[in-house]
Amino acid sequence: MVLAFIEHAGAAPTMLSLELLTAARRLAQAMGEPLEAVAIGAAGAAAGILTSYGVSTLHVVEDARLQEYAPEAYARTVVDLVDRLHPSVLMGTGSDRGTEVMAHAAARMAMPLAANCTEIVPGDPFLVTRQRWGGSLLEEARLKGAVKLLTLAPHATTAETDPSRTQAEVRAFSPTLEEKDFRVRVIPQAAADEGKISLAQARVVVGGGRGVGSAQGFQALEELAGLLGGTVGCSRAVTSLGWRPHADQVGQTGTRIAPDLYIACGISGAIQHMVGCRAAKHILAINTDKDAPIVAQADYAVIGDVHAVVQAVTSEVRKLKHS
Amino acid sequence: MNVLVCVKRVPATGGHIALTADGQDIDTRYLGFTISPHEECAVEEAVRLAETHGGSSTVLTLGPEVATEQLRDAMAIGIDRAILLEAGQGEWDPMATANAIVDAIRSERAAGREYDLLLFGNESADSAGYQVGIRVAEALDLPCVTGIKALDVQDGLASVRRQTESGWETAQVRMPAVLTVKEGINLPRYPSLPGRLKAKKKDIERIQPRPQDAGLEKVRLKLPVMAAHTVEILGSDGDAAPQVVEVLRRLRLV
Repeated sequence: MVLAFIEHAGAAPTMLSLELLTAARRLAQAMGEPLEAVAIGAAGAAAGILTSYGVSTLHVVEDARLQEYAPEAYARTVVDLVDRLHPSVLMGTGSDRGTEVMAHAAARMAMPLAANCTEIVPGDPFLVTRQRWGGSLLEEARLKGAVKLLTLAPHATTAETDPSRTQAEVRAFSPTLEEKDFRVRVIPQAAADEGKISLAQARVVVGGGRGVGSAQGFQALEELAGLLGGTVGCSRAVTSLGWRPHADQVGQTGTRIAPDLYIACGISGAIQHMVGCRAAKHILAINTDKDAPIVAQADYAVIGDVHAVVQAVTSEVRKLKHS
Repeated sequence: MNVLVCVKRVPATGGHIALTADGQDIDTRYLGFTISPHEECAVEEAVRLAETHGGSSTVLTLGPEVATEQLRDAMAIGIDRAILLEAGQGEWDPMATANAIVDAIRSERAAGREYDLLLFGNESADSAGYQVGIRVAEALDLPCVTGIKALDVQDGLASVRRQTESGWETAQVRMPAVLTVKEGINLPRYPSLPGRLKAKKKDIERIQPRPQDAGLEKVRLKLPVMAAHTVEILGSDGDAAPQVVEVLRRLRLV
């Protein structure tokens, strides 16, 4: 059996969980084994959706103590279920929580864990391809362990329903939990800056790099972003210089953005930065250096001084708005 | 308050990654090396904790002899002590790495050195296994919070915040505890010249970790296949503004 640890937002499984079920179903079919899933919390309502993803049994864990997220209690729940079901493979999503729960489970089971897999080839050896460097590099690896533990890289698989839908059976599962499993409880905090366009969700991001020249230089970028209904981002170099807060950083260790247009101003395009803007639909690079890596990866480029270009574009857009 | 911070030496990659001919490694002939970014912030946090609360800070890495460079970088900004787990050239998988760190912490304890906090990066920049800190916490039976972007220590409690897709989460744990840090928790300072000179003279303690089989065994590295791609040069300097606006119009952004 392939067992998938799925997450949900409200009553619906998350998008990453649907991707996970898609990859898990294909793996289960290749192995000739059934696909089962485990959901913690009020996910019973989602059983209908799961049926269309080829899940034969959904194990639902209803325990008032698990309403708030507690990584160790979640991991114990999953490990308890593994002890009962003896799956060949246990897989989770590559979300923060999915990864955290799977790593705790792996430690408790004393098994290796392959994080952020993009391809899985069952057999002996059991082979996976996984992401390194935020996906800029791939590793083929042999995964050992009596139970194969892995997480699926986000957005590497497209969620697809199973045409041969089977009826999913819903089973309640009660784990044995100790007080100690709740020593870390994670409490959600009310969002502080509501109303501001978030970097992750903006339709337009105007990003600035070292080429912007100074913290003050970002005012011009703010102005253009404002006119386009977007928001400002920056490279890691800029954060390190203290020109912008880390919350504005686009990249492997910052925010991953997915706007319709990313305007990259004075950014060279180090791989760590490109990991963060890979999901942008279009990239416009403004750079003095036509050989900068970002230019080669952009859809459009203007070669020249950031401030001259941004200023000219801003006044052109403003003219258009006033006409 | 005593803090141990675990770091990893990683190449400072630029605009693209090149692989060695056998596909086993990144070609680092023309690259510098650095402490993995999340861990740079963990080092800064350890220095600040010792500055604020007294006590000492120790940096540990598992890696080749040249990783002493990163240990000295950490000492140059104020870490007191450094430990190298001599792992040689090959790569250790996350489980083996965690086991070696656990062994080292146990021998530290046996020598009377107890740590209130064990800091890690949330994930390393290169292999990104997302699990070493958690495995160490589980083995030592310590509470663990991952991905923290704010830390406040008071009365034996560590209060942390972490960022989610939609906002913030908080957690509070009793120390000793394991915390894995994300970049953004602080802005690491630059080393001073006296700091560098002092770090150069400091001793580095060495431990020979026991060799282990890998549970996740690298076969080869490969670069992802990129779709063929062309860039349209719109022009140069301010003269390109009308063409840029034309693009904005095409994308329905103006």
